[in-house]
Amino acid sequence: MRDGLGAVGSVVVLGGSSELGLAIAAELCRDRHATVVLAGRRPDALGAASARLVGAGAGRVETVAFDALDTASHDRVLAEAAAAVGGDVDVVVVAFGLLGASGGPGEDATLVAATNYVGAVSAGLAAARLLRRQGHGAIVALSSVAGERVRKANFVYGSSKAGMDGFFQGLGDWLAGTGVEVLVVRPGFVRTKMTAGMKPAPLATTAERVAAETVRALRAGRGVVWVPPVLRLLFIIFRHLPRPLWRRVPG
Amino acid sequence: MSTAELLAGWGRTAPSAATVVAPERPGELEAVMAAAGERGLIGRGLGRSYGDAAQNAGGSVALMTGLDGIVDVDLGSATVTVEAGASLDRLMRVLVPLGLWPAVTPGTRYVTIGGAIASDVHGKGHHLDGTFGSHVRSMEVVTPGKGPMTLTPHATPEEFWATAGGMGLTGLIRRATIEMIRIDTAMISVDSVRTADLEATMALMVERDRHHRYSVAWVDCLARGASLGRSIAEFGDHAARDDLPPRLRTRPLEFRPSDSLRAPPWAPPGLLNRWTVAAFNELWYRKAPPRTKGHLVGAATFFHPLDRVAEWNRMYGRRGFVQYQFVVPDGQEDTVRRVVESLARRRCASFLAVLKRFGEANPAPLSFPRPGWTLALDLPAGIEGLGSLLDGFDEKVAEAGGRVYLAKDSRLRPELLEVMYPGLGRWREVRDRLDPERLMQSDLSRRLGGLA
Repeated sequence: MRDGLGAVGSVVVLGGSSELGLAIAAELCRDRHATVVLAGRRPDALGAASARLVGAGAGRVETVAFDALDTASHDRVLAEAAAAVGGDVDVVVVAFGLLGASGGPGEDATLVAATNYVGAVSAGLAAARLLRRQGHGAIVALSSVAGERVRKANFVYGSSKAGMDGFFQGLGDWLAGTGVEVLVVRPGFVRTKMTAGMKPAPLATTAERVAAETVRALRAGRGVVWVPPVLRLLFIIFRHLPRPLWRRVPG
Repeated sequence: MSTAELLAGWGRTAPSAATVVAPERPGELEAVMAAAGERGLIGRGLGRSYGDAAQNAGGSVALMTGLDGIVDVDLGSATVTVEAGASLDRLMRVLVPLGLWPAVTPGTRYVTIGGAIASDVHGKGHHLDGTFGSHVRSMEVVTPGKGPMTLTPHATPEEFWATAGGMGLTGLIRRATIEMIRIDTAMISVDSVRTADLEATMALMVERDRHHRYSVAWVDCLARGASLGRSIAEFGDHAARDDLPPRLRTRPLEFRPSDSLRAPPWAPPGLLNRWTVAAFNELWYRKAPPRTKGHLVGAATFFHPLDRVAEWNRMYGRRGFVQYQFVVPDGQEDTVRRVVESLARRRCASFLAVLKRFGEANPAPLSFPRPGWTLALDLPAGIEGLGSLLDGFDEKVAEAGGRVYLAKDSRLRPELLEVMYPGLGRWREVRDRLDPERLMQSDLSRRLGGLA
C-alpha cells in the first residue's frame, strides 16, 4: 500500500532495462525497502539492474519475462508480476520504448510504432485492469517532449510518443475516481544509452533528475510532469511556431 | 445496496476505492460478511481516523452509520446500550439532559461507538478514567470465524481486548453497552495556565493532573529558544450546579452545541504554511490570560473545539495532512523535547500540538495509551522531507519504549509495528481464532503487514 506521504511498498517496471525506469524504481524503493519487479524481454540479462536496485534500498528484486509486442500476454505478465510482489502493486512504470534509426523513417519504423504505441496501449490497459481490481495504485508512463510537437528529426519516434502520451492522459481521466492514478512524464533530452553518441540537446538532463521529479510529482498527485520543468514553458512557444520555422529546428 | 466509492481518512492523504455497503438493520451484518470477496471487509463509521484504518482498497466497506439506534438506557446503573454506528454526538444530545456523560470522549463528537471501541480512543481524562474500552461493559461482535459473539471483559477477556483497539480487524461490532458517568451540569470548570516552556508545562501537569478529572496542554511547536514548548495548560472538572451563575441554574443540563460553521470546499494548497500557522499560534498564546481559575465553559467547547467548523480537514488543501501522535513512558520526557525542538528548528507548520499525560494502560494488546507522555501534531502532507522527519521521530519513540497511535497513522514503517506493540503476537493469536481466514482487512492492515 502506498502510505499517506507517498512511500510505496512495491514497484513493477515494464521495460526492466530502461535507465529511466530503473532510476524511478530506485528513487521509489528507498523509503520503505520496496519490492521491485523488473519485466523485460530477457529476464536473465537483468542481473546488474537488480543488483543496482538492491544497492539503492530495494528489499527484494524479482524479474519476469515481458515482450511489449506480445500484447496477448500482457494481462498474464501483470498477474505474474503481482504474484512476484506477493501483495498489491503500488506503482507500474511503463518504461519500455524504442528510438529506432535515430527516430526517423528507417526500416524499423513500424516496429517503433508498434512497441511505443500499441505495446504501451496494451500494457497500460493491462496495468489499469490490475490496479482497478486492487482499488488503488499508480501508473507512471514515460512519454517524451518529442511527442509534444513532432519534429522532422525523429518524427517516427515522436509520433509514437505523441500517441502514447495522449493515451495515458485519457487513461488517467478514465480512471478518475477509481483510486488509480496516471502520471505522464515528459523528459527532454536525457543522457542515457538510448541517446549515447547523440549530441545532447540544450537543457539535457539525467535519469536521476527525471526520477526525482517523477517521484515528487507522484507524491503531489499531479497528472503530468516535465523534466526539466522549464520545458513546459518552452513548449508553449514551440507548439505555436510556424511550420516553416519548426522544420528548421536542428537536431 | 452497494456502490463503488473512493474513501480516505480524515487526513485525506491516500484514497482508495471500495464497494461500500450500508446495512440498515443490525441483523444484516451476517449477510454483509458473507458477501465479502477475497479482498475482505472492514467497518467504517464517520471516517475520523486520520489514516487508512477504515478503508479497504478493492474490497468491501460496511458503512455503519445507518445503525445508530439507542437500544436501552438504564438510569439506575448509568449504562446505555447503543448500536455501533451511533455517534457520540447523538449519544450526548440524548443523554446529557438525563445527566449522563461518556467517561471518555476524544477531541471530536463525530466518532461512532464502533470506531471508538476499535481505536480504543482516549480523552483528556485518561490519567484517571482510562480509555473508551475500559467503560464498555459488553459488546456484540459479528466475527467471521465464530459468528456473533457477546464479549465482556470478564467472561471473554482475550476476545474483548483484542477487539478494543483491534482496528476493526476481529469483526463487525454490532452494539455495545457502555457505562456512563453522572453529571450535574453540562459545563466544565476550567483552570488554565500559560506556561513559559516545555519543562514548566510538564512539571505543572505532573503536579496538578491528579486533582482534576481532565487535563491537557496546547503546545506552540513553532516557538523556539527559551520559549520552546510554551503552552496553555488546561485543567477541567464537571461543574456542580452551585458553580453555575443563577441564569444557567434553571437548565444546567442543556446541551445544544451549534456546529454551524463550515470550511470552504476548496483551500489553496499552501494556505496553512509556517507563517500563517505561526501567526495563529502566536495569537492563541497571546490571547490566553496568564492564569484563570474556575472559568466555566460548555462541555462541547472544552472537549470538541474543532467540531464547530465542519470539514475543517479541507483547510489543508488537496494533499491533505497527517496527524502524528506518539507516547513515550515517564522518564523519557527528553524524547518529547527533542521532537518539539526538531519541529521548531525545521519551522514545520504544526498547529498547536496537544500534550497529555496518560495514566495506566489496559490489557488490550493494540491499545495505544500507556503511562507517560503523548504528543499529537497535525502536519501538512506537502512539507518537503516530512516522511524522513517522521521516520526519524519513530526511531526515537521506539527506542524510548514508546509507540505511535494506529488510528492516526498513515505512514509508519511496517518493521516498527511489532517493536512498538510487543503484544502484537498475542493479538494475532486471538484474531486467528476469531477470523482464521483473514476476512477482515483494511488498507492499514495491508500497509502494516503485521496486522494482516
